[in-house]
Amino acid sequence: MTLKVGDKHEQVVIENVNRTHIVKYAGASGDFNPLHHDDTKAKDLAGYPSVFAHGMLSMGLTGRMLTDWLGATALKKYGVRFTRQVWPGDTLTAKGEVTDVKEEGGKQLATIKVVTVNQNGESVVEGEAVAEV
Amino acid sequence: MTEAQAVPLITDAMRAEVGVESSPTTYEVDKTMIRLFARSVGHTDPVYYDEAAAKAAGYRSLPCPPGYLGTPVFKPSAGGEAGPMGRNRGAQPSRPLNRVLNGGTDIEYLDDICAGDVLTATSHLANLEETKGSIGEMLIVTNKTVYKNQDGKVVAVSTGTAIRY
Repeated sequence: MTLKVGDKHEQVVIENVNRTHIVKYAGASGDFNPLHHDDTKAKDLAGYPSVFAHGMLSMGLTGRMLTDWLGATALKKYGVRFTRQVWPGDTLTAKGEVTDVKEEGGKQLATIKVVTVNQNGESVVEGEAVAEV
Repeated sequence: MTEAQAVPLITDAMRAEVGVESSPTTYEVDKTMIRLFARSVGHTDPVYYDEAAAKAAGYRSLPCPPGYLGTPVFKPSAGGEAGPMGRNRGAQPSRPLNRVLNGGTDIEYLDDICAGDVLTATSHLANLEETKGSIGEMLIVTNKTVYKNQDGKVVAVSTGTAIRY
């Protein structure tokens, strides 16, 4: 795969987040923090309006955009910050843009700026990936 | 600022834990969990589900999707449901902080990780920082985890930041 600076890819990675999505991720990751599946605890213990999605679910969803674009094990580095919580009802679009391409030891490494936004255009994930392409 | 607020959140006992290596945790990477994880984040690429497709694409078996680094082997004797990775273990801040958000995660992949691998992870508290933001006083806790495979090769390094407030 040949990539150049400025190449972009984006895809909707989840539509209308619901509690089933969140519970599926809880089971797959083993993260049973009740703030992610128990509305009563989310409200009473932490003062949140409802449960919210795991940050790592957003990371996994955003990762899907990268592997769909670049291939299953192209990633050499993948780092994100969680900039906003993801709530039931949200729809997320993950976007990647190539910011650098270089040769290293005969391999072509692309640096990709990653941003995932909700339906209001607010970022929920911001980060960077390095992929061998 | 009241006198109570002037006392730092970070205590000497907490600082003493920085850099101390944890006992190792075993993470199994298996087909069932890879499929479950891949399904939970919506992957449709058959390499995450069908071993023949994975092998045809050059993998030893199903590869780990991004963000999945195996499943810790559950030990009822090691902290019960909170488990060895329980969030609020160890020395506690000078004032209780009851809420925690995941601030971010960085993963460096040094080799393929596929179903059948058994990873041994050791982690340490890498950094403590306190700050004030829109949600009040915050303790920013950075943990670093190194994953070695069954051949002793470091295959991934993960850095996670928790925000306690």
